This record gives sequence, structure tokens and C-alpha cells, in this order.
Amino acid sequence: MKINPDRPLPLDAPLPGSSFSDLISSLGHAPAVDVTTRVEGKLETPHGTTVLALRYEGGVVMAGDRQATEGYLVAHRHIKKVFSTDHFSAVAIAGTAGLAVEMVRLFQTELEHYEKIEGTRLSLDGKATFLSRLVRNQLPMAFQGLAVVPLFAGFDDIESLGRVFSFDVVGGRYEENDYGSTGSGSRLAKSYLRGAFQPDGTEEAAVSTAVGALVAAADEDTATGGPDLIRDILPNIVAIDSQGIRDVEEGLIRTAAETALGGVR
Amino acid sequence: MTPFYVAPEQLVRDKAEFARKGIARGRSIVAIEYEDGILLLAENPSLSLHKLSEVYDRVAFAGVGKYNEYETLRKAGIRQADVTGYLYSRRDVTGMGLATAFSQTLGQIFSHEQKPFEVEMLICEVGMEPSENRLFKITYDGTLYDQRQVTAIGGKSEALEEALREGFEEGMSLQAAFDLGVAAFRTAEDRDPDGWEIAVLERGNGRRTFRRIDPDDMSPT
Repeated sequence: MKINPDRPLPLDAPLPGSSFSDLISSLGHAPAVDVTTRVEGKLETPHGTTVLALRYEGGVVMAGDRQATEGYLVAHRHIKKVFSTDHFSAVAIAGTAGLAVEMVRLFQTELEHYEKIEGTRLSLDGKATFLSRLVRNQLPMAFQGLAVVPLFAGFDDIESLGRVFSFDVVGGRYEENDYGSTGSGSRLAKSYLRGAFQPDGTEEAAVSTAVGALVAAADEDTATGGPDLIRDILPNIVAIDSQGIRDVEEGLIRTAAETALGGVR
Repeated sequence: MTPFYVAPEQLVRDKAEFARKGIARGRSIVAIEYEDGILLLAENPSLSLHKLSEVYDRVAFAGVGKYNEYETLRKAGIRQADVTGYLYSRRDVTGMGLATAFSQTLGQIFSHEQKPFEVEMLICEVGMEPSENRLFKITYDGTLYDQRQVTAIGGKSEALEEALREGFEEGMSLQAAFDLGVAAFRTAEDRDPDGWEIAVLERGNGRRTFRRIDPDDMSPT
């Protein structure tokens, strides 16, 4: 489909007609980059590291550290890795930051586009399936060492509970029962969560568990940046329940960070 | 076979009359500015077939006439807005840009197609300040009207607009704007309405200002 200068509105769209990514592909604006030749040496790009999500009674909490690394260097101290994608879902990213942020932007636009065209939101499963397609489209880049591995969480209004999905580089989608984590510090975060997770805890308890897991990951993974109370750098945390998504209050995160760091000391 | 000659004036007149007849059969829609944004009020007996829709963060669409035709236009507007916002920035999507695109498209269809679209539509944009609100009305032949404070589309649009202008006050509450809309419908239509579809573009709603209001939650005082 081409936009005709005489008829500037895109009146017809590719089937099924409610997908934004199909629309921009048909207009020639697809974001995919095709890397056919193998690049010698490693491309150094900023990487994001530890992000996690865990369920609690009636919802789900998603958290991410704020540091991006480039090799052994800190590239950014304040980057954001947790993004709300619509009123009831969020994505957290690990891997090549530049590609991941663009993937999130496309995912956000896709969900909103579908909602406006169809007059109803995609189901949570539908959103997760679409995200796995976006990850799979990145596969040629992943072979070049530029992988993006997101984590997806949301409130399922049909089942009326919070759900967490993790992905692998080929777009495999796995639903997690209790919690999920991805990034270089994810093993450390998961071993912390294995002990600290409470399935029927409150939102506040889930927030302090999430901060505790990030502190544990930052403690031993050099690429993960823990809460920095001197510079006042705190993790990004969102909570999603039947009322929708919102940023967790900074004061609550700061208190949880102080407690967790006190425990380390 | 020799084709019949039809004078262009005659052709345009016939097409316009055809489109106007189609539109006159449909139920009307009004838009009214109030203190926090813009109220869109449509007479609509259906709960699932919408005449009002979100297009972008601050822009809404309203269409009367043939359902499949304004639905095609609505979807095209959303596509246009989302593509522009994705390729550039969300702030680069404006009511003005969309309204001119609709106007060009409808104008082109009117002059080039056998059958014109039997639709009239509104593109409303809520500004950061009330003075930046925009109400654009676009008719079946692509004529674009830039309106202030109140506007109406559909078969009874002239009578509705007149009634709205008489009762309009700046800085009305949502309830007062709703009452004004309902009263205007009563004056113009002279019968009981078949059910309402209500939506607002409200400045305080965050990034996406469009919100539907359940007709059961709103009754005229």
C-alpha cells in the first residue's frame, strides 16, 4: 500500500488491518535491520542488565536497575528499563539497549493501535504472543551478539490475576508461575527471589522483595547497578492490578532500598 | 454507443443531493467545549457500533452517515496518526493535519468516484488551553469548516448549531454542556432521543485524553 498524494489517508490496510507493525512494513518503514555479513570483532553497544517481575495477591510488580554498560564501562546511570505498554501491562528490557528501546516503542504503538482500531484491548496472551514475534524478528541481530530479551508482565482481566512472561532470544515465550527475571544478574536475582517470594503477599511486600533481589544481583554482578542513595538513583518499579498500571511511589522504593542495603552491610 | 453528455454542474449537483439525502437519514452528533475539554454527544441507539472514537492523544473522531464509509475513514485517520507519531514524535500529530487529510480524501472521492461518501465528520482536538481547542467539520465533498465553541453534524446540524449557540457559555461544567446538548437535540428533533453515546476529550486525563462516559452515569438535570 502506498499513500497516494491525491488521497493522503491510508484507506486500505494489509490484512487483518489492525496491526500497526504490518502497516508500517507495508509503507516501507519496518524497523528490522538485516545483517547478512558477519561483522569482525565485537560491536560495543550499551547493554541493560537486571530486570525482574513478581506476582502478589491481586497483581504484579515489575522492577529494573538503572545502569547500562558498554564493555567494562558504565555507559549510563539513569536509563529506564521498565516501560508501561498500555493501561494493564509493562515490558522490562535486557540486552542491547538501542534495539530494545525501539522494540518497546513499536510494541506500545501496536497495542494502542489495535485498541483504537478494534475498540477493545488485546488479551494479555495476545500481547505476549505479539511480543514474542518482535523478539523473533531480531534473530539475525542476536546472531551478531545484539540480542534483546524482554520480560513481560500484566494484569489479566479475564483470569483476574497478575501474570509474568519471560522470553528467550529466538522468541520463545514462557509463562512464569511466581516470578521471572532476565539480564546478566538474573540468576542472582532469581536465587534471592526463590527464598523471599510470597505468593499471597501485599504490594508493599512485593516492592521490598523486588528491591532486595536487585540489591542481591548488583552485589555480585558487576554489570548491574544497585540503588545508589548518594546519587539518589533508585530502581524503576511499576505495579499493575485490576485498577491498571502506576509507578510505585519513590518514597516506598527508597525505604525498601535503605532496608536492603542495610542488610548487606 | 455514444455516451450521454452530462453537464459538470448537473453531475456535481446530483452527487451532492445524493450525499445529502444519505446524511439526512442519519442521527446527528454535537460537540461542545466545556471547562476541562470538549464534549461529544451522539444520538446512538447501539451500544457496540460507535460513532465517536479516539484517534490520538488529544484528537477524537465523530462520523454520521453510512457506517461502513465513516468507519473506513476513522480507521484511516488512526493509521495516519499512529504512523506520523511513530516516525516523528507524538506532538507532531495535530487535529489540523488530520482534518486537512480527511478533507483532501473526501474531496478526491467526491470528484473522482461514481458514488460520493454519504458522510459528515468531525475532528476535535483539545488544546493545553481552552483557546487552543479545535473543532473541524468536514462534509461529504471535502469542504472543511473551522468551528469555535460548538458544532454539529448530521441531518439536523443547522438547527442543532443554532440551538447550541443560543445556550452556550464559556467555561461551562461537563453537566451544563451535556444539558445544553440534550436540550438542543430536543429543540431540533422535536422527539425523544433513542439513546446517547457520550465521550470527552479531557485535559486532565493524562496523555490519552479521550474517555467514554457510560450514558447511565449521566442524566440531564
